Amino acid sequence: MLYRETGQFKISYAADQSVFPIAQDRWFIAAALAFAFLVVPWIANEYMLQAVLIPLLIFSMAAIGLNLLVGYAGQLSLGTGGFMAVGAYMTYKLTTAFPDLNIIVAFLLAGLVAAGVGLVFGIPSLRIKGFYLAVATLASQFFLLWLFNKVAWFYNYNSSGTITAPPREMFGVVVTGPTATAEVRYTVALSIVVVFAIIAKNLVRGRIGRSWMAVRDMDIAAEIIGIRPFQTKLMAFAISSFYCGVAGAMLVFLWLGSAETEAFSINESFNVLFMVIIGGLGSILGSFLGAAFIVGLPIFLTNAPQWFGAAMPIDLQKHIEIMLFGSMIIFFLIVEPHGLARLWQITKQKLRLWPFPY
Amino acid sequence: MLRNLVLAMLGAVVGVTGVVATTPAQAEGEQFFPMLVYRTGAYAPSGIPIANGFRDYYTMINNRDGGINGVTITFEECETEYNTKLGVECYEKLKNKGPTGASLINPFSTGITYQLIPKAAVDEIPILSMGYGRTAAADGRVFEWVFNFPTTYWSQASAFIRYVAQQEGGVDKLKGKKIAHVYHNSAYGKEANPTLEALAEKYGYELTLLAVDHPGQEQKATWLQIRRAKPDWVFLSGWGVMNQVAVKEAAAIKYPMDHFVGNWWSGSDADVIPAGAGAKGYKSATFHSPKSDFGVHADILKHVYGGDVAKAKRNSFGEVLYNRTIVNAMFAVEAVRTAQGKYGNRPLTGAEVRWGLENFDLTEARLKELGMEGFTRPVKVSCADHETGGPILIQQWDGAKWNIVSDWVQPISEVVRPMIEKAAAAYAAENNITPRSC
Repeated sequence: MLYRETGQFKISYAADQSVFPIAQDRWFIAAALAFAFLVVPWIANEYMLQAVLIPLLIFSMAAIGLNLLVGYAGQLSLGTGGFMAVGAYMTYKLTTAFPDLNIIVAFLLAGLVAAGVGLVFGIPSLRIKGFYLAVATLASQFFLLWLFNKVAWFYNYNSSGTITAPPREMFGVVVTGPTATAEVRYTVALSIVVVFAIIAKNLVRGRIGRSWMAVRDMDIAAEIIGIRPFQTKLMAFAISSFYCGVAGAMLVFLWLGSAETEAFSINESFNVLFMVIIGGLGSILGSFLGAAFIVGLPIFLTNAPQWFGAAMPIDLQKHIEIMLFGSMIIFFLIVEPHGLARLWQITKQKLRLWPFPY
Repeated sequence: MLRNLVLAMLGAVVGVTGVVATTPAQAEGEQFFPMLVYRTGAYAPSGIPIANGFRDYYTMINNRDGGINGVTITFEECETEYNTKLGVECYEKLKNKGPTGASLINPFSTGITYQLIPKAAVDEIPILSMGYGRTAAADGRVFEWVFNFPTTYWSQASAFIRYVAQQEGGVDKLKGKKIAHVYHNSAYGKEANPTLEALAEKYGYELTLLAVDHPGQEQKATWLQIRRAKPDWVFLSGWGVMNQVAVKEAAAIKYPMDHFVGNWWSGSDADVIPAGAGAKGYKSATFHSPKSDFGVHADILKHVYGGDVAKAKRNSFGEVLYNRTIVNAMFAVEAVRTAQGKYGNRPLTGAEVRWGLENFDLTEARLKELGMEGFTRPVKVSCADHETGGPILIQQWDGAKWNIVSDWVQPISEVVRPMIEKAAAAYAAENNITPRSC
């Protein structure tokens, strides 16, 4: 009833090709963005921002990056943690070497370095596919973490190998370091994620995205119609690594404040891959939904017993949380193997026919 | 039907995670201690006795004395799995609880400590990282809010070298000796390396650094290297499941166990029991007695367990790490008591407890009153020195229990302290901190 496109006529090509062709979608996105930018920083407390929303945004960014590679270009990668580490360590090097450099610029430059590293580790993708490629990217994960652990230059020769986010200002407001408020860090993270989500959304519906999907669906056919598989795959690796690198920089500088390589372990690579799979392969919205699921659900399950006044030993609670989390993943994958984004599409379809969906 | 159910559940999940976590109101007259614990995961063998130790000491103080000078202790556990990301969540959850917020925080994880150090000054919650965390925090001029007394990783490593020299028959005998450091490949494990390297230069022993990756269940390659290199001494910086694996592997290659010395986080009962008879002779550093026949233990048995020894044993009573946590909990309680001397017997804020930590003066007489005479040493903290450079003891596992086998071994402060000041100055420069004058 509310969600009906009857009467919305497209009278120009631009309108027909817009990102959100349905007016209700545009209003919804605008309202959600306005809420996220203008209302959330005022109503959310520090716990909510620091423990839930900031990691949610950061992992959404990483999931978008991996989704471009796995979901759109069809190249399975387990190196996400390694590429995130490149972003984090390069930002640290840049901002300690050039303290006056704007921190966002440092993020982007570090993302470019991560893109370069992604290019190198993407080269095997021309020869190997599927699970074999996953194993090759696994090598990048282990190699990069080993490198950042071993070469003291990356962490400025301090004794512990930990990188710490120094205080950096932007327009007179402290955005990183201990004195940066959670609200500021949330707003910065949100701005970065929104800008790059829009870029990703446009990438995947343009020439580049279409060539990725062609390679994903059948690379020989793609080659025959004139898409160069090598360049296409490498570009997917580079752009995906750029997103992951920026996400890694945000992880250290806007969320944790200090980190060692352990923060980018193989578990993080798996986590981001699960976000992409649960959220929906080949969907930008799915990256957000998947991140919300993987980041939010454990925190919800940890806190839920307390809200309902059911006190139990903390180790028992943790074990129940792990079991519930695992069964929820299986449940959602059985009910909708195409991920949460597909659920949203079905909902949209039904809403159009509401009140008589079939 | 199923689809609708799924949609409803999805809505619930996304919706409820958005609910703002509320803090339950607590009555006046309560001092709140947050507890970041890890009772699950690869580090649970170390985490469980620690969590039990805090709980039992605080409960004992409440039941025996009615709190700290009448102010009841409240505490809440939050599970971190020794994971720094979960540590952040737990810290945010607990830091504002209680009428005055968290009094002080004991992260019991070097990684989490690193993360909280910059936040401590902003949130005004002091960190008591007893013998772990960032060693440079011993310089109180830069790290106003962080305390790591009675001693640090660097002091410990230097005391270990002094102990080796004693065993070998003099400092000059160190020349040409081979010493290996097997360490957890993290901020924690790496801490001792700069000291060992500096001392290697000074005394001319040959140092081999062998990293073991998290969680440390796979060490075959490491011990193969040790079998090949045949070092005279092996120093271990492990945690959780890594310790028992290391002890087992050392026993398997028949390394002389009395030349295998763990740091104080690698020497609890859970670390040696799985290796069985092979662990006999294994040594580790410590700074308190491994025994459980002190007055404080009797009080815990009486006031927490009602004299039920079997139940207490099931709750790690008397294990090395349990005892260490008793020391830590006592430091925390006595720091609050010290601060109460200045601010009055009421719930204190983190800033007030910080004053108590900085003016902490635990005398022999006070230890006696606490039922801890001979259990640990007196400690006196100052504005500039948050570590106090305390000496260590060496304990040895005899197959059934730990025994102290050395006198107090002093750290080599003339090497360690300048290194601490240099590292602190570098941290201050990187983070735009002006050191205060003491």
